[in-house]
Amino acid sequence: MRMTKSTDHQMPELDFNTPALKRHRKIRALKDRMAGMGIAVGGSSVILAVLLICFYLLYEVAPLFSSASIDAEASYALPAEDQGKSLYLTTEEQSEVGMRVTSNGSIVFFSVADGSVINRVKNLRSEKVTAFAVESDTSRLVAFGYEDGKALIVKHDYKISYPDGKRKITPVVEYPYGEDAIDVADFAIKKLTVRDGSDSLTMAAIGDTKSAITKVSKEVNFITEEVELSEQSESLPFVADVASMLLSGDQRYLYVATRSGALSEFDLRDFDNIALKDAMSLFKDPNTKLVSMSYLLGKSSIMVADSSGHVSQWFNVRNEENEEKLTFIRDVKQPIAIVDLAMEQRRKGFATLDERGLVAIYNATSTRQVINEKLSDNNARLISFSPRANGLLLEDDKGLHFFHVDNEHPEVSWSSLWGKVWYEGYQEPTYTWQSSAANNDFEPKYSLMPLAFGTLKAAFYAMLMAVPLAICGAIYTAYFMAPALRRKIKPVIELMEALPTVILGFLAGLFFAPFLEENLAATFSVFVVLPVGILVFAYCWSRLPQNLRWLVPEGWQPLLLIPVIVFLAWLCLAMSPIIELNFFGGNIRGWITNDLGITFDQRNALVVGFAMGFAVIPTIFSITEDAIFSVPKALTQGSLALGATYWQTMTRVVLPTASPGIFSAVMIGMGRAVGETMIVLMATGNTPIMDANIFEGMRTLAANLAVEVPESEVGSSHYRILFLAAFVLFIFTFVVNTIAETVRQHLRKKYGSL
Amino acid sequence: MKMKKKSVSEWVKAGDPWVWLNAGAVAISVIMVVGLLLLIAVRGLGHFWPADVVESHYALPGESEYNIVAERVESVEVPAAQLREAGIDIPDNHQLMQRTLMKTGNRDVYGSDFRWVIDEYLTETKRPEMLFTAERREWGNLYGYLKAVKEDGKVASETSDITPTESALATWAVFEKSIARAATIFDEIHEIEKTDIGKINYALERIRLKQRRLELEGKLTPAAEADLAVERSQYDEEYKGLQQSLINLYSQINRDTFVVQVMDGTEHEMPVAKIVHAYRANAMNVGQKMSFYFTKLWEFLSDEPREANTEGGVFPAIFGTVMMVLLMTVLVTPFGVVAAVYLREYAAQGWVTRVIRIAVNNLAGVPSIVYGVFGLGFFIYFLGSGIDQAFFPEALPSPTFGTGGLMWASITLALLTVPVVIVATEEGLSRIPRNVREGSLALGATKAETLWRVVLPMASPAIMTGVILAVARAAGEVAPLMLVGVVKLAPSLPLDGNYPYIHLDQKFMHLGFHIYDVGFQSPNVEAARPLVYATAFLLVLVIALLNLSAVTIRNHLREKYKSLEM
Repeated sequence: MRMTKSTDHQMPELDFNTPALKRHRKIRALKDRMAGMGIAVGGSSVILAVLLICFYLLYEVAPLFSSASIDAEASYALPAEDQGKSLYLTTEEQSEVGMRVTSNGSIVFFSVADGSVINRVKNLRSEKVTAFAVESDTSRLVAFGYEDGKALIVKHDYKISYPDGKRKITPVVEYPYGEDAIDVADFAIKKLTVRDGSDSLTMAAIGDTKSAITKVSKEVNFITEEVELSEQSESLPFVADVASMLLSGDQRYLYVATRSGALSEFDLRDFDNIALKDAMSLFKDPNTKLVSMSYLLGKSSIMVADSSGHVSQWFNVRNEENEEKLTFIRDVKQPIAIVDLAMEQRRKGFATLDERGLVAIYNATSTRQVINEKLSDNNARLISFSPRANGLLLEDDKGLHFFHVDNEHPEVSWSSLWGKVWYEGYQEPTYTWQSSAANNDFEPKYSLMPLAFGTLKAAFYAMLMAVPLAICGAIYTAYFMAPALRRKIKPVIELMEALPTVILGFLAGLFFAPFLEENLAATFSVFVVLPVGILVFAYCWSRLPQNLRWLVPEGWQPLLLIPVIVFLAWLCLAMSPIIELNFFGGNIRGWITNDLGITFDQRNALVVGFAMGFAVIPTIFSITEDAIFSVPKALTQGSLALGATYWQTMTRVVLPTASPGIFSAVMIGMGRAVGETMIVLMATGNTPIMDANIFEGMRTLAANLAVEVPESEVGSSHYRILFLAAFVLFIFTFVVNTIAETVRQHLRKKYGSL
Repeated sequence: MKMKKKSVSEWVKAGDPWVWLNAGAVAISVIMVVGLLLLIAVRGLGHFWPADVVESHYALPGESEYNIVAERVESVEVPAAQLREAGIDIPDNHQLMQRTLMKTGNRDVYGSDFRWVIDEYLTETKRPEMLFTAERREWGNLYGYLKAVKEDGKVASETSDITPTESALATWAVFEKSIARAATIFDEIHEIEKTDIGKINYALERIRLKQRRLELEGKLTPAAEADLAVERSQYDEEYKGLQQSLINLYSQINRDTFVVQVMDGTEHEMPVAKIVHAYRANAMNVGQKMSFYFTKLWEFLSDEPREANTEGGVFPAIFGTVMMVLLMTVLVTPFGVVAAVYLREYAAQGWVTRVIRIAVNNLAGVPSIVYGVFGLGFFIYFLGSGIDQAFFPEALPSPTFGTGGLMWASITLALLTVPVVIVATEEGLSRIPRNVREGSLALGATKAETLWRVVLPMASPAIMTGVILAVARAAGEVAPLMLVGVVKLAPSLPLDGNYPYIHLDQKFMHLGFHIYDVGFQSPNVEAARPLVYATAFLLVLVIALLNLSAVTIRNHLREKYKSLEM
């Protein structure tokens, strides 16, 4: 009563609703709301930022698998139509100026955008042009063959100038071998082929009944520094009904193919004495007719297009007798006869044009069709890529059409990433990773298999080392060890986890690898000597008088074993030279290489196994230890009360109950081993080979990223494939960890109630 | 006999062998950890001890005898067969031979500074007192006898003795004085080149960028151009003055030369300016060696690297590591804590938060190189080049933030370690008893006030643990840094006296990368190895200390809540 009264009395003085307090409360409430919102926004954005990693990796990878597109950009009547149809079409680098060679031998330059003629260059000679050949798109060299048996080499070139700050491209025609035609044959040339090199140019010509070959050698006069040309002509064995001829890039071989697909290969190395080297048939079906035969970028693969719609790739492969033989590699197929074939100038890609006017773009390495689109209804005859392969010219009865091509990553396909691919110059299909080379016409080899294999190999050897040590150690620490010792041992082993891997890698590469190489015998004998030695010591210890044994109580055995193990290890080291001397002729390394025939690298999988095992032990150890330690005491005590020994309780009761936890420990350890970078980078030779040999190195996905990402060009296929590798690593570890974590949570819940 | 056999099988049946093997696994693990730490410590710390220099005669069978002056590095036993295969004619009665790696130094004279010798054929080994070791700014160590010291080409002091006679010691004293003099001048030169001229170059570069910026914005009026020209000419003037004093200093530093007799008896004249330290290890007593040891240790911690990082100190690497880790901490602490608070205190607890929790937990297990790739792609190529276009167009095409640097490295590592902080903070928050929170709310505090005044202070040790663990992880991580801004040699520190003082866009050096680079990319790995061990020891020490403090704080925290849980 009194209390109420007094509060009543004081009420007016304690007014909680004064304007100031109200305002204060409002501010507090506002602050509270603001804080709540701020934390919600901040917190969720941090979590989103972290999850962004996954999406960003995907965003970089996605373009790899998107298909190409072709968009019509311009159509116009054939520029300078009066000069006849085109024999050859091309554009310069910027796709601004186009060029066509007409059937009467003129060269017409036109604007790609609207078809207006920029320049028209008449053929130098008045004789009739009866044959035409293109050296290659990149050399911009073409040859005309005439009815009088002569040939003229012409080069089209583009001068770039910047009058008043704007780019201007001026096309010019040059005659690098002089304005006088070269004598090739004494007959009207019907088919011509040409190959230019740094010190000679070769031309082969076929007439109605005869064929001939000419070599123009270039020699630089030392005094005047002028190039002097000398010609040599020989006759060739005649082949009838020739559809196509090709000279190899080094001018050593001539391939002559007939319409029905009979291919003759001539050896030109002994130019005075040209011999038939090989003859074969390009088609199985005798009704198939050859349409065209041309080199892919790099001049090692010949692409053969035929009337049945096949385009096949052939290149020289060394057989068992060490002879090079032109071999069928792979083909792609259109349902209807091919009309023309166009080669990309910077990649191993090509486009086919078939009778329906349908254009398909392929990549040879990945055998991937990136696009297939009908571009013309009017008897399309010719197609040609622009040098950057971002434009396509097509000629049909209506005139010329220019298309914009968007085709960024044709060399990547699921099969080229994970399957065996037969690369140019290889004897057979292989898994190979080789992302760059010194030359431009190199075929990039993007098989992720050797890297994935290397990753798993490294992880496997690491787990082989870590799992037994970590799990056995954890069993002892959690179950048998004296609590006082456990409190000291646990932090020591967990300190291992904090060791930077760069230090482990450095020790592995610079200390352990040479050490191992010198003490191979000791290393292998340790695996036998240590367990046997420990058991022998343990048995002897159990035979000792009791009062001596009681000096070291149960649960302190590791302390007792430390000197024993150090002694045994020292013994192995000391014995090592003697073992080597008596069993391996003093040099075990030489014995492995010579007698067993196994390749031995100093920085090998064994070193990685040790070093990475060391890095993984603490992870597995602490999770396993946790799992075993949290097995309810009631279970073990029940088992012991029923008369089981400690070890029986361990194997029959504790381990089965803790096994999901141990499983998750191994998974998490595995995840760590798979993603480890520095140790592998430093302790192996980083060669991407696929060999399970323990004495050879490997290259892992992670190490590959560290080596190649800084050097790869942004947005290139290589760059995106590296992101794909990162994504694979990300997903792999994420999935493995999630499984492990779920198992562990489940386990915790299960025993939380016990 | 029978009795004993039975007890063996009993012993096996009871499972004792398995228990012992498990104990063995623990023992092996402990030996490995301790052994590794000892190895690093011994090799790393041993590097600074002034090693004795021996002189001996060495002759392989059938080859002529020569003199060898060197430090012993390490010895191994090798089977004689291996040596015979290498073409050394070794008598048949030998099976094992002791082989020693000798550091002969004088790379400029002999071409290589290490050679293997077979101990058996070393004779008349002695440790002459007058034999001296000189650490040089280039070409590695020099070993030999001092013959003369010259000033301006004139002999200041000379001796013909290689024993500690009066004349030899007098020449040595002159030599030491000359080295000290050269070192002082060298410091002056260094100061001018690095600090003063560096500052001028930096200012000139800023003027150039300013001009370019005005030009891009179309505001480059003749008046502005004249202003810039005036500014520039001031710096040019200053630069000329400095250059004059540099020329003077250079002529002074090159005044003295000395003549040294090396192991093959030839004499060589070299400039004193090239020498960092010279000492006669064989004449030093333990006290002198100790003091020398600590001088060297201090030099290692405080000096810049020399000779492609294989000699000298690691100060820029320590500095870079610390800067990067500090920046990372500044970023990771608030964000990590906010995310944890949101997850634990604000978000509705359901399957979504559970999934997020597992995801965050697992992100800690994603390989660090993946974070590096992400950092390079997203931060540097995507954000960085965007920033360059928007804010630093005057510097293009050379990138400012569109290339690896301190800021991107810190952010990448912050992303890498944020799960650690989130997990630790959440654990701390979950340990705070519910009644503490409810008490605060019952007294009328708002949720935010409870959080700020009650919950966070109580969780602060957990947050600290998380941050320390994050720092320890970040300090040891190298792989992602290789992609986002670490370099083997940074020309200047990311923090200096030039405006804006902290250069977030600059590349930096890092202890971990230093180990990788010197150990694996340097041309003379053998010579660099001791320094790598020393660097590794330093890194281990820092990380072990950080981890130990995290453990201590965690234990302290547990003690604290024991009383609350009553």
